[in-house]
Amino acid sequence: MQRRNVLVGLAALGAGGCSRIGETRGFEALVDGAMEWHRAAHRALAPGVSMAREYQVADLSPFFRGNGTTVIDTQRYRAHLARGFAQWQVTVGGLVARPLALSMAQIRALPQRTQITRHDCVEGWSAIGQWTGPQLGPILQFAGLRTEARFIVFRCADVLYGGRYYESCDLDDAFHPQSILAHALNGAPLLERNGAPLRLRIERQLGYKHAKYLTGIEAVASLEGIEGGEGGFWEDRGYQWYAGI
Amino acid sequence: MKRHALSTRIWHWINAVSIIVLFMSGLNISNAHPYLYWGDWGFSPTEAWLAVPRFPDWAVIPGRYSLAIARDWHLLFSWVFALGLLGFMISALVNGHFARDLFTRAPEWRWRLFSAEVRRYLRFDFAHTGGKYGSIQKLTYALVVFVLLPLMILTGMAISPGMGAAWPWLLEVTGGRQSARSIHFLASFALLGFTIVHVLLVLLTGPWGQLKGMTTGQVDERGDAAA
Repeated sequence: MQRRNVLVGLAALGAGGCSRIGETRGFEALVDGAMEWHRAAHRALAPGVSMAREYQVADLSPFFRGNGTTVIDTQRYRAHLARGFAQWQVTVGGLVARPLALSMAQIRALPQRTQITRHDCVEGWSAIGQWTGPQLGPILQFAGLRTEARFIVFRCADVLYGGRYYESCDLDDAFHPQSILAHALNGAPLLERNGAPLRLRIERQLGYKHAKYLTGIEAVASLEGIEGGEGGFWEDRGYQWYAGI
Repeated sequence: MKRHALSTRIWHWINAVSIIVLFMSGLNISNAHPYLYWGDWGFSPTEAWLAVPRFPDWAVIPGRYSLAIARDWHLLFSWVFALGLLGFMISALVNGHFARDLFTRAPEWRWRLFSAEVRRYLRFDFAHTGGKYGSIQKLTYALVVFVLLPLMILTGMAISPGMGAAWPWLLEVTGGRQSARSIHFLASFALLGFTIVHVLLVLLTGPWGQLKGMTTGQVDERGDAAA
């Protein structure tokens, strides 16, 4: 059925034909399969744990542009911003033995990792920045993931096009050494456009996975029933959940 | 007379579909950020070496601007394209197609022979004696099969952050992610140029016989082809 749809459409070979195929369920299954193949290939082809390339200070982009949400126009966020995020809290919950609520001071007091990495937007551009923050893995370990946990969901303070921004990743990426909760860019506290006070860095994937304005981290067994159910704001709008491609 | 092996024919058509889908979905992806850069990074027009024109809806898959759907097509057909090329290369090595028909030999590398071939083509004389293809034809096909098509795969992988982490050498050999993206774009237009000339030559040399040769594998005794 799926293959037939594709063949019939390809016979037309018009862009219009492709748009009709693109709306079928079979096509969705095919592209999800292709995405899964890409993810499996990226994991299988790497010798051990693959690391995103880390750059030198000389490679830094002179300016780090913001994308998606760059301003949060809510009273609540503006008040936090004015107070230097002294009362900002990030919760760690869901399928964990010990739910946490971390302040920015506590996050800055944890062992820090600083990394100069390339940020690749799904649109095509790249920028290089130096990020500092604690690794996500040890925080999850401290909270004590329950065995049913398969994904980590990231909750954000921003609302984009009327939808709450959120993201998710698998445990492979959550425990990756370069996955950090960054509170500083190029040695200074994050600016609002870059996700102040705290954003995720998930360096082997595209920019939309790097959730900004973090408010909560949640361990879950399934992504179903969370917002649109596809595992992220852009994923709910048709983009790939595995964004390493 | 047998003209093309079954594996060649199957790959030819799979590849034709793949590169059309990849090219047209690629144009849509280009529309998302139509600026090209050299090196590792670049994000604004001031750093761009090329501002790419916006490609119209009729030229893109799915017929309107949609980065998400264009990426679905692109990432699906990247598998068809890459595995198809791999299969073709293995079978063409095994069945001798490369050695017999595509590799040029030292005696063919003569300026006089090349210029004579060009002069014949300019007279629209596409008959050639001995061998399946003329020397220029062989060089063109070899350039496409061994350079341009693999370059699309190599640069495509270098653009992917997951592959760039798995195989860091991809970023070294391509000169950085944005260079890889620029080369990916340039090579795709080189392939478009090849495809246009290829189709024109098919039209000039008896399109019916050519299509028959590439589909059934059979061709009339006197049939020959520059495409």
